[in-house]
Amino acid sequence: MSATDTSEPNRRDFLYVATGMAGVVGAAAVAWPFIDQMRPDASTLAASSVEVDVSSVTPGMSLTVKWRGKPVFIRNRTPEEIKAAQDVALGDLKDGNARNANLTADATATDLDRSAGKEKENWLVMVGVCTHLGCVPLGQQGDFGGWFCPCHGSHYDTAGRIRKGPAPENLHIPTFQFISDTTIRIG
Amino acid sequence: MSSGHSTYSPKTGIGRWMDSRMPLPRLVHDSFVSYPVPRNLNYAYTFGGILSIMLVAQILTGVVLAMHYANDTMLAVQSVEKIMRDVNSGWLLRYMHSNGASFFFIAVYIHIMRGLYYGSYKAPRELLWILGCIIYLLMMATGFMGYVLPWGQMSFWGATVITGFFTAIPLVGEWIQQLLLGGFAVDNPTLNRFFALHYLLPFMIAGVVVLHVWALHVTGQTNPTGIEVKSKTDTVAFTPYATIKDGFAMVVFLAAFAYFVFYIPNYLGHPDNYIMADSLKTPAHIVPEWYFLPFYAILRAITFNIGPIDSKLGGVLAMFGAIAVLFVVPWLDTSKVRSAVYRPWYKLFFWLFVANAIFLGWLGSKPAEGIFIPLMQISTLYYFAFFLVVMPVLGLIETPRRLPNSITEAVLEKNKGGSAHPAGATAAPETRG
Repeated sequence: MSATDTSEPNRRDFLYVATGMAGVVGAAAVAWPFIDQMRPDASTLAASSVEVDVSSVTPGMSLTVKWRGKPVFIRNRTPEEIKAAQDVALGDLKDGNARNANLTADATATDLDRSAGKEKENWLVMVGVCTHLGCVPLGQQGDFGGWFCPCHGSHYDTAGRIRKGPAPENLHIPTFQFISDTTIRIG
Repeated sequence: MSSGHSTYSPKTGIGRWMDSRMPLPRLVHDSFVSYPVPRNLNYAYTFGGILSIMLVAQILTGVVLAMHYANDTMLAVQSVEKIMRDVNSGWLLRYMHSNGASFFFIAVYIHIMRGLYYGSYKAPRELLWILGCIIYLLMMATGFMGYVLPWGQMSFWGATVITGFFTAIPLVGEWIQQLLLGGFAVDNPTLNRFFALHYLLPFMIAGVVVLHVWALHVTGQTNPTGIEVKSKTDTVAFTPYATIKDGFAMVVFLAAFAYFVFYIPNYLGHPDNYIMADSLKTPAHIVPEWYFLPFYAILRAITFNIGPIDSKLGGVLAMFGAIAVLFVVPWLDTSKVRSAVYRPWYKLFFWLFVANAIFLGWLGSKPAEGIFIPLMQISTLYYFAFFLVVMPVLGLIETPRRLPNSITEAVLEKNKGGSAHPAGATAAPETRG
């Protein structure tokens, strides 16, 4: 795209390329803050940890707390529910991954790895957001006695694992820990 | 414009002065007065005009409502109730706006069906059709975001479900969803940006409408016979013939609209949207606005994995595919005959498609369980088969009926013994001012 017929690049060629480059780089540099401002802001990111007292939650009871604008289910499971979940063969699961943020990404969806761990198998802490399109499933309903999402009919079992319906993944387990025997910190 | 030359001649000094500097009156005269339209347009062809007036009505009522609406999750519900109870005529403006959205979609669906029936999308009107599809997409985005603004339960959960579509995209889905929401869940930042975009998009629609009308005036309108205009006797002047026909259709349409606004203003809404949004409680049945129901049924019909595509991504792809397929309709239809009037088989499949689309809408309002799931799947199958199988194959194997030689001949055949031309039409537009 030489502006003249001389073989050596001249001043016009330089201006032509420099203007074009400044236009492209400038447009990209200006576009970025316009996209960046849409991401979660500092105040949203800051509100990312809650502590919950679960001393009053006896077996068979559930608690829902709000974390990052989403519900988190904390359930003290009954022995029957734990047994039912343990009896499921891994091959019968639609999603074989534990989806547990406290474990490695390849942990399998055994009942133990879905629960709060050894000695605390009765505790189940999950983000109460259907992995299909984000509705809040209803507790102790559905074909597997776990959770049922009324929006598009996803059934989760008593370990929060997807068993039937359009949802692709088990209910996600957030980062959490027991900071005392009766207090859970989520996030 | 398609006539190739202008018949505008300014009569006043100011008119001549303006015409030589910025000939806007000439453009209006050539586009909406002397512009020749096929003489056989029926009432199905009046919905373009109706849509224009609905767009203007929505922008006017919307701008006024924005003066009273508070764009904050803590205030939105009260401000909407304030509009309904305290603002003078606020109830009327809000009901006009909410029902106006529904009637906008009723009109656009009739307009699209008209296009599919008479083959309006065929060469040389492919771009005209695609511009229409873009308008329809923008309308859907605008309608969706507008429904979020009252911050009711359906607003919140509708927004949750629809932004959840994007999490189906592998790898970047979650990032995109957070970009749309401005957080980890639908919340105040989401409401703020949806309001800003809901205000912006109608003006973008208006811009694309200008392109749509421009493209229309380059190619000229189709007509029920699908035969191109060949001579002057095939056309009449836009004014008064099309203006009065469009005007009469608008009056009838707006009368139906007024019935809804004044007598059943909440018929097309959902009672749950008068409950304030609660992020911990999902309503038993989330349903979108009625005009999205067919696509909602398609979304939920995919309950199975297709190879590497899981059911969630599959549902989202099917739903977007149902709209995307409209864009390529001009190249899917292989028939050389434009209008369904002369295509007996296409006519049958077309009406089946319409019935199926309405049935899909009904299914969309039903829960995704039991018999409804296989029905949704069958119905979704026909939706796609109509475009991807019927359109290409039928065009090759169907024997069309004999086409008349011209629009005039078709009209004369229909009204045997009638006048060869509408009275006064021959005088227009050439001999009129």
